Amino acid sequence: MSEHQLEAGGSAADARLAKYEVVIGLEVHAQLSTKSKIFSWSSAAFGAEPNGSTDPICLGMPGTLPVLNEAAVLAAVRLGLAVGSHIRPRCRFARKHYFYPDLPKGFQISQFDEPICEGGTIRFRVRGEQKAVRLERIHMEEDAGKNLHAAAGVSFVDYNRAGVPLCEIVSKPDVRSAEEAAEYLRALRTLVRYLGVCDGNMEEGSLRCDANVSIRLRGATQYGTRTEIKNMNSFKNVRDAIEYEVRRQATLVDRGERVVQETRLWDASRGVTASMRSKEQAHDYRYFPEPDLPPVALSADYLAAARASLPALPEDRFDRYTAEGLSAQDASVLVAEREIADYFDATVIAGAAKKVTANVTPKKAANWVINEVLARVDDPRRLAEADLPVPAAGLAELIGFVEEGTLSGKLGKDVFLRMWNERRRASDIVAAEGLAQVSDTGSIEEACKRVIAAHPDELGRYRGGEKKLLGFFVGAVMKETGGKANPKGANEILRRLLDQGN
Amino acid sequence: MAAVDIRGARIATLAESVRSGKVKARDLTEAYLERVAAVDPKLNTYLLIDAAGARLQADSIDKAVAAGGNVGPLAGVPIALKDIFITKGLETTCASKILRGFVPPFESTVSQRLADAGTVMLGKLNMDEFAMGSSNENSSRGPVRNPWSLAHVPGGSSGGSAAAIAASLCAGTLGTDTGGSIRQPAALCGIVGMKPTYGRVSRYGVIAFASSLDHPGPFGRTVDDVAALLEIIAGQDPRDATSVPAPVGQYRAAVKAGVSGLRIGVPAEYFGAGMDPEIDAAVKAAIDELGRAGATVVPVSLPHTKYAIATYYLICTAEAASNLARYDGVKYGYRTPDARSLEELYTRTRGEGFGLEPKRRIMLGTYVLRSGYYDAYYGQALKARRKVADDFSAAFTKCDAIVTPTSPIPAFKFGEKTADPLQMYLADVMTVAANLAGVPAMSQCCGFTKAGLPIGLQVIGPPLGEEVVFRVGGAYEARTSWHERLPEDPTGGLS
Repeated sequence: MSEHQLEAGGSAADARLAKYEVVIGLEVHAQLSTKSKIFSWSSAAFGAEPNGSTDPICLGMPGTLPVLNEAAVLAAVRLGLAVGSHIRPRCRFARKHYFYPDLPKGFQISQFDEPICEGGTIRFRVRGEQKAVRLERIHMEEDAGKNLHAAAGVSFVDYNRAGVPLCEIVSKPDVRSAEEAAEYLRALRTLVRYLGVCDGNMEEGSLRCDANVSIRLRGATQYGTRTEIKNMNSFKNVRDAIEYEVRRQATLVDRGERVVQETRLWDASRGVTASMRSKEQAHDYRYFPEPDLPPVALSADYLAAARASLPALPEDRFDRYTAEGLSAQDASVLVAEREIADYFDATVIAGAAKKVTANVTPKKAANWVINEVLARVDDPRRLAEADLPVPAAGLAELIGFVEEGTLSGKLGKDVFLRMWNERRRASDIVAAEGLAQVSDTGSIEEACKRVIAAHPDELGRYRGGEKKLLGFFVGAVMKETGGKANPKGANEILRRLLDQGN
Repeated sequence: MAAVDIRGARIATLAESVRSGKVKARDLTEAYLERVAAVDPKLNTYLLIDAAGARLQADSIDKAVAAGGNVGPLAGVPIALKDIFITKGLETTCASKILRGFVPPFESTVSQRLADAGTVMLGKLNMDEFAMGSSNENSSRGPVRNPWSLAHVPGGSSGGSAAAIAASLCAGTLGTDTGGSIRQPAALCGIVGMKPTYGRVSRYGVIAFASSLDHPGPFGRTVDDVAALLEIIAGQDPRDATSVPAPVGQYRAAVKAGVSGLRIGVPAEYFGAGMDPEIDAAVKAAIDELGRAGATVVPVSLPHTKYAIATYYLICTAEAASNLARYDGVKYGYRTPDARSLEELYTRTRGEGFGLEPKRRIMLGTYVLRSGYYDAYYGQALKARRKVADDFSAAFTKCDAIVTPTSPIPAFKFGEKTADPLQMYLADVMTVAANLAGVPAMSQCCGFTKAGLPIGLQVIGPPLGEEVVFRVGGAYEARTSWHERLPEDPTGGLS
């Protein structure tokens, strides 16, 4: 049977799948954004020329010893605290052995029976529904290098990545669909970026995901045989690979065949998973405690300081924003990146701080941030930049002008554009150019009288019952005042004058 | 040029004569290089002689002395290093074919500290391949011969380091001791060798055999020589996370401090069957001598010693299999020619590059750590290791230092034990416990057999108790003259 025969889609296939429950556990490797490697001094940054970012330790030269990078420990602790893990007061490294050219020492320094974090939960939403996936553990380890296969059977190894610190985040088998898997990964990516512990760049491999996938008949209590899917380097790949694998397993089970426990690689170009190695070929990693590194002891004070360094987290912010009246849609946009949420929060806080702009409600601020600010940046992380043309306080001031009626909504948007392009404050623009709306009722009333006198026909029709002509008069007044009249005030005065004659 | 008599020269004397300008470091260096060229072909202690590097170092010392500059406490003292110490720009092989051609881009912490102290490094010394052996017969570069009898082994694995001192082919050396690899060859060659407390001396730049058991340490002709070297190499190293922050002691002062008031523990377990009677007598006489020197001799017990060898071989093989996994032909050292697949590159490189003993230990260690057997072997060994350490803790509540023979037998003949690895492993029976417990221990000469082979006395101290070990060793040496005996220079063919 060819792999492609498994692709039969359509509603018949969906119905066939409906009797199975999908069980997925995810293993995510996050490269920690430390300056140097986890056990040595060379740079952990991506992008150096091949083997340009190495040292004798990460190359596994004889005689070298690992020394633990404390920044990596702090990153793992902060991640663990953010997801509610238990942080072990004492954890240990272990050696995991296998032979491969990209693994310089013939073993990877990882953690085995004493990982730094145990338990925890990743919260996210799938189609508006809250979902919580429990974590088994988070452990620290070193990344391997990369094999580069040239033509004619020649291979090279680039050890720049060797020794880059990783956190492996292992979930319990709580994920129930390919879509949930992708959303879990998205939430985890957002989280690590909030914490600043990982840049979440999936293309560069900063965030990598493997999935353990099995199916069972709904209501069954035992798990089915699982396969491990590797090489999924985007959200779409995660989704497509798992969907494919579920269909593949369902086809086998439908036919009365068995799913073989094995590791399978996702081939995005062909859209299939293919066997990489079977259980029989699985490595015996021969773990034992790393004798070159003493156990890591973390004091209560250390953990308290790490906890105090955590930012407000995306799902907590989502809950708060929706409680403050934002739509789930808007809240999602705002929490997608920490820089957006921080900017939004700062706008609301600035609005509240300057009594004059007490009308800057979260809802109003959200509209401005989403529709005006976000629309003008290519990368939302720019919102954290100190030289952003419109800082949060400046936006709050502008929103205040609009809310108190000093500027019309349309003028507000114009002013925003000029603030953005000219790097000026709203109050400067308003003061310098007389853009403040004419809210002197005396001059508006004069303008209204002039307009009514100039349009006797329309006046007649209005008084004859054609009330919708009010809009015409308001427009004419705005034109008369060059747009500076407060439309609400003009509306009231016109209605009074027009209705007087009846 | 002043003629320098270097046979049996002491480190302190050499350093003083160079510092005072009485002797030029360059002359001293030339004298040792000449002697090495003349004598070493019979002994095979040197794997590499760095004459050019040594001359450069010596000249810079002489220049500094002439300029009245600070030249360091061991100025001009010619030393050599077991080939397990990484030396920048100098081939470092661990006496293994698999590391042939490996020229490291960095320097070990301890060799750097010795260089900073003004020593002149003459070259790299022979050893059992990857420090695995007790006779130096496991070197890929041929065995080292015992200067006291060319038909006998020098002990191992630091056989080259011990024999080079005994034959006055340098004034001080460094070795490593994983199960006795400093003390046993020191005993068999009639010189002094110390394994300090685990963590006292940095392992950075010391090629790993069994990481939790490997102890770098010094060899010298006298206890004072060894103390002088240890004062330089000891101390915490930020590049070795297992090195201890405790301050370094005044070891040379301790050598002269005497044993008055010290309690010397004698464990019955170390004087049982299998002991050579001449060794038994010599060590007991040494204990009596310590009593006359003012120490109180008390019986102590180390009841778990009988588990030490088994425990040691479980742990050291497991760690060795892991540490030797990096030699795969991909990055450095030997690579099999014309491998057609990755699998073949690995199996042929390792098959051709490793000698028999490393292969044996890799296989044992791989077995020990395989999935499902951890608790039965490695885990159990860790528990036994704890018991052995507890024995020492208990004994050191009753005494200040423990004295035993270093080896139950004197130097044996080439080939005598190679057929049966277990017999060879038993050569470590008196030394491995101190490695398991990480406590400091030293071997020095306490007599000779009727056949003229040296006998070693082992002094063991509590953790970080190097000073008490030096007090005992120094007091014994001050009352005896075994350390003054020198072997005849080898001549003619092998006996």
